[in-house]
Amino acid sequence: MIDVLIIGGGIAGMEAACTLHDLGFETLILEKEKQLGGHLRNWDTLFPTKRKASEVLEHYVKEIQQRGITVYLNTDVTSVKKQEDGTFELNTGREVQFKTKTVLMTTGYALFNAERKEEYGYKIYDNVITSADLEKILQTAKGELRSPSGNSIQSVAFVHCVGSRDEKSGNHYCSNVCCVTGVKQAIKMRQLLPEAQVFNFYMDLRMYGSGFEEMYREAQEQWHVQFIRGRLSEVAETIDKRLQLKAEDTLSARPLRMHVDLLVLLVGMESNKAAADFAQSCNLACAPSRFVQPKDFHIESNKTNVEGLFTAGTAIAPLSVFDTVNHAKAAALSVSEYLKKNN
Amino acid sequence: MNKFGFAPAKSRVIEYDSMHNQLLDYIIANEPSFSTCMSCGSCTATCSAGNLTDFNIRRLNIQIRHGELDGIRQEIDKCMLCGKCLLVCPRGINTRNAIMIIKKGIVNLGIE
Amino acid sequence: MQKQPKSTQWSLYQKEIANDNYFYGRSCIRQNFFPASEKTFLKILREELGKTVLEDPNHTTCTGIGYHSDVVPFDTTQTVVARQFSLMTAMGLKNMALSCITSFGLYTEILDTWHHFPEQLAKIRELLYKATKREFELPENIAHASDVIYKFRNEIAQKAKYKLVNKETGEPLRVVEHIGCHYSKMFPQSGVGGAEFPQVLSGMVEAFGGEIVDYPERRHCCGFGFRNYLVQANRAYSISNTKKKFESMEPFKPDFIITNCPGCPMFLDRWQYAIAEMEGKTYDAQGKGIPVLTYEELAGMVLGYNPWDLGMQMHQIGVESLLDKIGVAYNPEDKYKDIHGNQLPVPECPASLRGKILDTKHK
Repeated sequence: MIDVLIIGGGIAGMEAACTLHDLGFETLILEKEKQLGGHLRNWDTLFPTKRKASEVLEHYVKEIQQRGITVYLNTDVTSVKKQEDGTFELNTGREVQFKTKTVLMTTGYALFNAERKEEYGYKIYDNVITSADLEKILQTAKGELRSPSGNSIQSVAFVHCVGSRDEKSGNHYCSNVCCVTGVKQAIKMRQLLPEAQVFNFYMDLRMYGSGFEEMYREAQEQWHVQFIRGRLSEVAETIDKRLQLKAEDTLSARPLRMHVDLLVLLVGMESNKAAADFAQSCNLACAPSRFVQPKDFHIESNKTNVEGLFTAGTAIAPLSVFDTVNHAKAAALSVSEYLKKNN
Repeated sequence: MNKFGFAPAKSRVIEYDSMHNQLLDYIIANEPSFSTCMSCGSCTATCSAGNLTDFNIRRLNIQIRHGELDGIRQEIDKCMLCGKCLLVCPRGINTRNAIMIIKKGIVNLGIE
Repeated sequence: MQKQPKSTQWSLYQKEIANDNYFYGRSCIRQNFFPASEKTFLKILREELGKTVLEDPNHTTCTGIGYHSDVVPFDTTQTVVARQFSLMTAMGLKNMALSCITSFGLYTEILDTWHHFPEQLAKIRELLYKATKREFELPENIAHASDVIYKFRNEIAQKAKYKLVNKETGEPLRVVEHIGCHYSKMFPQSGVGGAEFPQVLSGMVEAFGGEIVDYPERRHCCGFGFRNYLVQANRAYSISNTKKKFESMEPFKPDFIITNCPGCPMFLDRWQYAIAEMEGKTYDAQGKGIPVLTYEELAGMVLGYNPWDLGMQMHQIGVESLLDKIGVAYNPEDKYKDIHGNQLPVPECPASLRGKILDTKHK
């Protein structure tokens, strides 16, 4: 029987797997995609250092390989059943059934589907993209960046809180990382398009992490990004494929209208479908946000209501890479304590 | 009267201590969602009246919270009750009902 | 950058539209504004599609205009609407087709209210019974009349004599569609395509061979806004909102505008003349204005009905430029004749709409 079965081979799963392996436990990773890495594979750079996400990924993949940790790719967990003796049985699309003493759920998040905010016109107007689309574009960008409709870009606007803090989307919570992502991407656009104007439409700028506020200041001071306090109410397309934006400039208390060549929607994080599947198959408790509910938010944030089933990373809430890695490390220790006590 | 050619200036300070929160209490009792506004301005951006007059429904919320009720009756009459603000509000505030409650509150509480 | 595949999100908003046996609710104002539109609807449904549509002469206003203007209380409105339901029930019908967008929105609002507050429904049943001794069943299906035409758009297109195509160039006509605010802005799921990208009129236009123009102020109100217009001191609001739409659609050079609300065609049509008088500005290249059609006029026109039987002579903006583009046969001499063929007085040509708005007068 395996000691720890980790579901999800993103950074949280890989970090925890390495630590648990080093603590002497038999560890196995199940990953539903054909590669390790999760969402980070589609990300260009990380805030606040602006280093390449691929560097972090390569580090973890190498660490996993060096330790010879077994990884099952293309393996989607369909159910988790707790046995009478306290162990777990997992079913996947594969023939083999997995038996394990503990489960660590590092299933991550799903990106908010921006099509649901119909008034922003994602996938209706050519030049509306999401922050995730922009990261993919930046990963491979060569030469002059042009808008999806092929126009040169003279102005770009970023919209904060798309699908977050929004009752209409069913998401009351803040996604934590979009604010700083918006600042990071705004700087990037100014670097790539020195002639372009860049605007960020925000409600509150939540620069909560180390180095975030400094980056905000850099965006203002060095890159002249213009921050407008107001939430976009609607987007429409003009005859030349530009986008007409409407918002209130709340600080001057007047409605505002502007036209831009590219609109980037900073999409938030939502609970992964996996959380719902788990909840169904093993009575896992979820918060009203639909993310996994930790047993105790402060003291036992890696435990769940199911004994022996642990969690880490964005399965519990939107988190930065920094917080995810720390939470995963903590999860490894939490699992280790449990295994020592129950062996 | 104007013997000196000057007079003490009227203070522009929002006097929180002497705030009239009767109207605010009345609104929140009848339309609790009113208290959840985070001043994002989506309502004003989409407001038909706000596009053509200085009516600003977001600012109205703040003024009422500050107990600044001067001229509120005239202000509220600029709303056309089209309800577009209600569609865009990320906090799900029933803005149109709030306006109706304010109208009632002004009458019931005898606010000029 | 890669182009995004187009979203089909709007297609999630699909509503059930009854297939036959409608109780038809007329609008208070349409018969004055666009007198033959409702008649055309009945003719198309009964004669072209073989459907059963019944009316009751005791059908009244739904009080929508009074309700939205703050002069009729909601309880009264609900009771009046309950009475319309009782007329439908008495005829043994279960499907409503409403001519007016505001009625449609109001009926939807009332049914939603009753769904969430059953005690309100019980109260209205009692009020109606006390006042009129009438009882009623809730309708099984509520459609706006434009939903019904949308449902049968392909059947109509098959029978059509004309296509929405410029006969000189062979290009599809460029059409601006304008949806009444009360159609789906209050209850997006009650309209085909929802509130942001309603398909009810664009689907019709595409089925008839035209091309829809998506201009920035597509979702904006026509400017009627009830009290915006009803109170004269507010009319600057009304015309300013309409003007905003025209300015936004002008670069797209639309061939005509199609609407599904009683007020919208009125204001989009008449305010073009008023703006021309006030500011000397028209929004088409020829200075004639952009013709504005109701969806019944559109369906009747493609089916080859005589434009003057469709009531198109009542438009402020002449429709002749559009009829000529498509090649619709019409007799200019008959434009101002009554049903017995007697000549009626011909309206004067307004000087400030450049050129000859009323072609017949100059022919």
